[in-house]
Amino acid sequence: MGYDVDTIFQIAGIGIVVAMIHTVLKQMGKEDWAQWVTLIGFVVILYMVATIVDDLFQRIRSIFLFIG
Amino acid sequence: MSLDMIQIVGFGLVAAFLSMIVKEQKPAYAFLLTLFVGAMIFLFLLDHIVIAFQLIETLANQANINMIYLETMLKIIGIAYIAEFGAQIARDADEGAIAQKIELAGKVLIVVMALPIFNVLIETVISLIPG
Repeated sequence: MGYDVDTIFQIAGIGIVVAMIHTVLKQMGKEDWAQWVTLIGFVVILYMVATIVDDLFQRIRSIFLFIG
Repeated sequence: MSLDMIQIVGFGLVAAFLSMIVKEQKPAYAFLLTLFVGAMIFLFLLDHIVIAFQLIETLANQANINMIYLETMLKIIGIAYIAEFGAQIARDADEGAIAQKIELAGKVLIVVMALPIFNVLIETVISLIPG
């Protein structure tokens, strides 16, 4: 299992950096770009979360005999 | 085991703190963070659940209990855990209605899984009644 505390710092870091970029782009008057940055950051985090949730469900399936 | 508990509590506190910070900027990101932490703690607990289940399985083998009953019981516990996890995540996202539907689905599925065992029980009781 390759999960440890680093990953939650990564997620929080991505969140803060994206919020910062969003604010800067908004100040520059590029609203549409700001929206795209938010969306891409969201997708990246969603991918990380989906990976661990998938792993969790696979483990639950194998432990609680859901294979059949 | 107590070391694991300290680890989980520390982990939860760090996550709560980070979630608090991120929530001010982007609530959706904070929600994903919470989901991630929930999945991680659950994964952590699964290792211990395996130990408990192995013990139950050994005991059931020694008592010559039919494996189908044990299997159904494990599946029911699994459904309960998954339903709880999903419902809490949905409730965290302020979707109380969806959370309640998930819980309802869990209850219905548990009842459906338990029905065959209940059937066997009723048949046994009826066969015991003379006449």
